Amino acid sequence: MPDMGFDVLLKGKNFLRLLGGLGVALKISLMSVLISIILGTVLGILWHHNNLFIKAVMRSYLEVIRIMPQLVLLFIVYFGTTRSFGWNLSGETASVIVFSLWGTAEMSDLVRGALISISAHQYESAFALGLGKAQVYLYVILPQAIRRLIPLSINLVTRMIKTTSLVLMIGVVEIIKVAQQIIEANRMSSKNAAFGVYLTVFVMYFLACWPISLLARKLEKRWR
Amino acid sequence: MSQVILEISHLHKVFDTVTVIEDLSLTVHEGEVVVIIGPSGCGKSTLLRCINALETIQGGEIKLHGNTVSKNSKDLHEIRQKIGMVFQNYELFPHMTVLDNVMLAPVKAQGRKKSEVREEALALLKRVGLESKADSYPRQLSGGQKQRTAIVRALCMHPEILLFDEVTAALDPQMVREVLEVILDLANAGKTMLVVTHEMQFARAVADRIVFFDDGQIIEQAAPDEFFDHPKTDKAKQFLNTFTFERDRSTTNRA
Repeated sequence: MPDMGFDVLLKGKNFLRLLGGLGVALKISLMSVLISIILGTVLGILWHHNNLFIKAVMRSYLEVIRIMPQLVLLFIVYFGTTRSFGWNLSGETASVIVFSLWGTAEMSDLVRGALISISAHQYESAFALGLGKAQVYLYVILPQAIRRLIPLSINLVTRMIKTTSLVLMIGVVEIIKVAQQIIEANRMSSKNAAFGVYLTVFVMYFLACWPISLLARKLEKRWR
Repeated sequence: MSQVILEISHLHKVFDTVTVIEDLSLTVHEGEVVVIIGPSGCGKSTLLRCINALETIQGGEIKLHGNTVSKNSKDLHEIRQKIGMVFQNYELFPHMTVLDNVMLAPVKAQGRKKSEVREEALALLKRVGLESKADSYPRQLSGGQKQRTAIVRALCMHPEILLFDEVTAALDPQMVREVLEVILDLANAGKTMLVVTHEMQFARAVADRIVFFDDGQIIEQAAPDEFFDHPKTDKAKQFLNTFTFERDRSTTNRA
C-alpha cells in the first residue's frame, strides 16, 4: 500500500486542529449566511417594489459584487479600509463582512426572482379577500416564494461555505490554513502528508455541506 | 325597492390611451342578481376589477353602502372584505389546504375566532359538496372543485356583494354545471351578485336583470326574458345572433 500520508493526522493534536479549522470556516460561513438570508430577503422584497431609485441602487450593488472576485473584496475590506479609515478589523470580522456583502447581493436577487415568479393573480386574489399588504406577503406570497427559493439558496449557502477557503489569504487560520501548517511542520517526517491531509479536508467539507443538501431535498419533497 | 348596495356613477377607466369604460352608471340593490354580458374585450372584467379597486379609475365614483371604494382610501382592505370576488382562474393559494384557503382571510383579515370560522368553513364546503376535500391541496382538485372552493372562500367573508368574473370560462364543459348550480343556489338564498358570464342560458336563469355591455358602455338593460326574447338595440340583437352562431360551431368542433 502506498504511503498516503494519513499518519500525520494521528500525530499530536493534528486532527483536532483540523477540526478546529473547519469550525472557523463554518463559523464564518454560518454567520454570513444568516446575515445574508435576513438582509437579502428584506432587500429582495424592497427591490421587488417598483421604486426606480431602489432598483438602480440594487442593480449596481449586485453588479459590483458579482464582477469583483471575492478575494479582491477581502483585500479591500481587510487591508484597504483598515488603513484608509483607521479602524481595526480582525480577519474573521472582515471575512464575515465580505461574505455577507456577497451573500446579501446574491440572496436579494434570488428573492426578487422568486417573487416575480409568483403570478400577479395571487396578489390580486389575496388583496380581493381584504388582506392587508403585510398579510398578503406573510401568508400568501412569501410562503410560496420560500418554497421556490429553497434549492437556489441552498446552492448559494454551499457555495459560500466552499468559498470561505479564501479567507486564509487575509491570515484567518481556517481549515485549509491549518492543513498547510500541518503539512509544512511534517515535511521531513512525512513527505506524502499533502495527499492525506487535503483528502481529509475534502471529506470534512463534504460532510459539512452534504446534510444541507439533504435537508433541502427533504423540504422540497415535503412541499411539492 | 330595497336598499342600494352598490352604486357606480359616471365611471371612467382608461388604459394608457384607450378608453375602456366611459361614463358608466349602475346601481345594484340588495338581493339583486345582475348579469353583465357582452362581447369579449368590451370591459366587463375591467368593470368588476374596478369595483374592488384592483384597477385605478380615472373618473367617477364607486360606492359600496355609501362608502367610496378607491385605491387610495386607507380602509380599502376593510371595504374589500365586504366585496367577494371569484376569478376565472380560481387563484386558490397552492400552498394551503382547501380549508386553510377558506379560513385565511376570515381569521387574519377579519380577526374572527378560529374555531367559529372553521365550523362555518366546513359547513359551507359541505353545502357545495366538498366536505371530503377540506384537507386536500388545490392541485389535487378538479377545475370545478377549485372554483367551488374559491366561491366558498369568498362566501366565508360574509360579503355584501359577490362578483363573479367569468368563473366558468376556464372549465371543462362537464364541470361548468356544478359551479353554476352553486351560483344559482346562492341567488336563491338572496345573495347580492354581479355576474359576468358567457353562459347565456345560465344568465337567463339566474339574473334579475341583464346588463348588456359593449365598448365600455351599457347599451341596454332589461329583465332576462325581455332582453333575450325582445332585444331593443341593434347591437344587442347582433350580439345574441353572433353568440348562437359561435356556440353552434364550437359544439360541432367539440363533437
